Amino acid sequence: MIICLILIILIPFAITAGLLFRSSLLLQDNSLLHLLFSSVWKPEQGSFGFLPFIISSLWVSLLALMIAAPVCLLSALHLTQYAGKGILRVMQPVIDILAGIPSVIYGLWGVITVVPFISKYSKVFLGIETPGYSILAGAVVLSIMIIPLILNILLELLRTVPDELKEASFSLGAGKWHTIKNVLIRKIYPGIIASFGLGLSRAFGETMAVLMVVGNVVKVPTGVLQPGYPLPALIANNFGEMISVPRYDSALMMASLILLVIILIFNFGSRLIIRHIEKQFQS
Amino acid sequence: MTKRSRIEERIARILMYISTLFIAGLLVFILISVLWRALPAFSPEMLIKPPQGGFYFGKSGGILNAIVGSIYLSLGATGLSLVISLPLALYINLYLNKNNRTGDVVRFFLDVMWGIPSVVYGVFGFAMMLFIGMKTSLLAGIITVSVFIIPIMVRAMDEVFKTVPKGLTETCLSLGMTRSETAYKIYVRQCFPGIITAILLSFGRAIGDAASVLFTTGYTDHIPTSLNQPAATLPLAIFFQLSSPFAEVRERAYASAGVLIIIILIISIISRLFTGQFRKHTIKF
Repeated sequence: MIICLILIILIPFAITAGLLFRSSLLLQDNSLLHLLFSSVWKPEQGSFGFLPFIISSLWVSLLALMIAAPVCLLSALHLTQYAGKGILRVMQPVIDILAGIPSVIYGLWGVITVVPFISKYSKVFLGIETPGYSILAGAVVLSIMIIPLILNILLELLRTVPDELKEASFSLGAGKWHTIKNVLIRKIYPGIIASFGLGLSRAFGETMAVLMVVGNVVKVPTGVLQPGYPLPALIANNFGEMISVPRYDSALMMASLILLVIILIFNFGSRLIIRHIEKQFQS
Repeated sequence: MTKRSRIEERIARILMYISTLFIAGLLVFILISVLWRALPAFSPEMLIKPPQGGFYFGKSGGILNAIVGSIYLSLGATGLSLVISLPLALYINLYLNKNNRTGDVVRFFLDVMWGIPSVVYGVFGFAMMLFIGMKTSLLAGIITVSVFIIPIMVRAMDEVFKTVPKGLTETCLSLGMTRSETAYKIYVRQCFPGIITAILLSFGRAIGDAASVLFTTGYTDHIPTSLNQPAATLPLAIFFQLSSPFAEVRERAYASAGVLIIIILIISIISRLFTGQFRKHTIKF
């Protein structure tokens, strides 16, 4: 049992150390700042700028969060405060199945519905001709993928709020919505932000679905209808060819290291906040 | 209550209702739109034949290699991670429960590990393979995927073990059982349905993940016969077929996606059925 425990504890450190070791080659002749803020990506000439990929990732994830966040918050409030048992019984499996659908399926769904939709309506309404493979398509697909994650955390958080708090508010003459707005949400406010943080980091690391719909063009994107090239897509797309170009593998390891560090920071912070809130209500 | 706040509540309630409906509708929409495309392209031949010559130009053949490969991979990974996860989950609940701090730290750790994207596990697995000189193979895929699903499995089991009442543990210990006897004989039986659910959950994750097997398991048209051979997996088969320039092959990607969805749905339904079954050894309070 202790061996299992030690094994598990070691894995994240091993991953970080391994990636750091493999990417150290790239750092020998390029400074870290140069790598992060250069937008020139020409592996054949040995210049690796990660800026287009980082910016694309940020665009896609933030946009996805902007779509998913209000839906999740409203639905979580509905399910915990207003909905009857029947609706809950239906919705729990729905959330579980949404969470269980593989990312490739989401990607395929994006290709057959979201991409043609964007292609068609951007031409009709905005007069922009695009093939539809864009940041927006990636964000829409991602937002659906992070809904079950955020929703589950929010539901759990809302359930830990003790009833006494609500009752105290009711007894002072506040209405239900008033109580939700001014007591419930205020009380778990940091938790809501934290759950969004977790959703964001999930979106940041999602690979296949995004890869399939986002277009994969190396360029710093300037609008949501343009194609992008997020970090995970970069890793997944180029892993096969990397052996032939020197330093390429090192660069891809670097990309996954950047991804890992960003996600670990987000995860760590969000989980700390959520844990803190749950503790606070238990005692 | 003033009139304004009443209207505000009305609007908020309507919005909430719409959000919930929206989420439920999304699931239905996704399932229907994928299955709708899958059905016309589906043929029974797909399920029983590996790709034949010219398969990637739209000729005959099926995706049996991917289905079998996926099942091998997921079974192997689920089995391997069960060997590590079950003792770990029991350890957290029986040995680390004296002061909750250590257990909490471990749980926190696992939660953070859960957040690491699968592509990072894949890259790490690939780096390790280069390090020890392994080629892309079923075994490498199994190890990578099992590392990736261990946090999920442990946390799912942990949630179940948490519900075992303290009285039961104390009774066992007072009857002279050791902690590990209590763990393997009492906890495992008491929580058997929950353990099955945790296993099925991880199995579903393992079968659906593509990013971590992309570099470790490789891809082949043959059904693997040993652990050292590369294997095809269903998500990757969908991905490759979808990026094909031939319409017939893309059609087949939809059908493969239909197969994958059906597998996932079956797993989900079984795990829901299991929750009510296998309660023979469960002590009710």
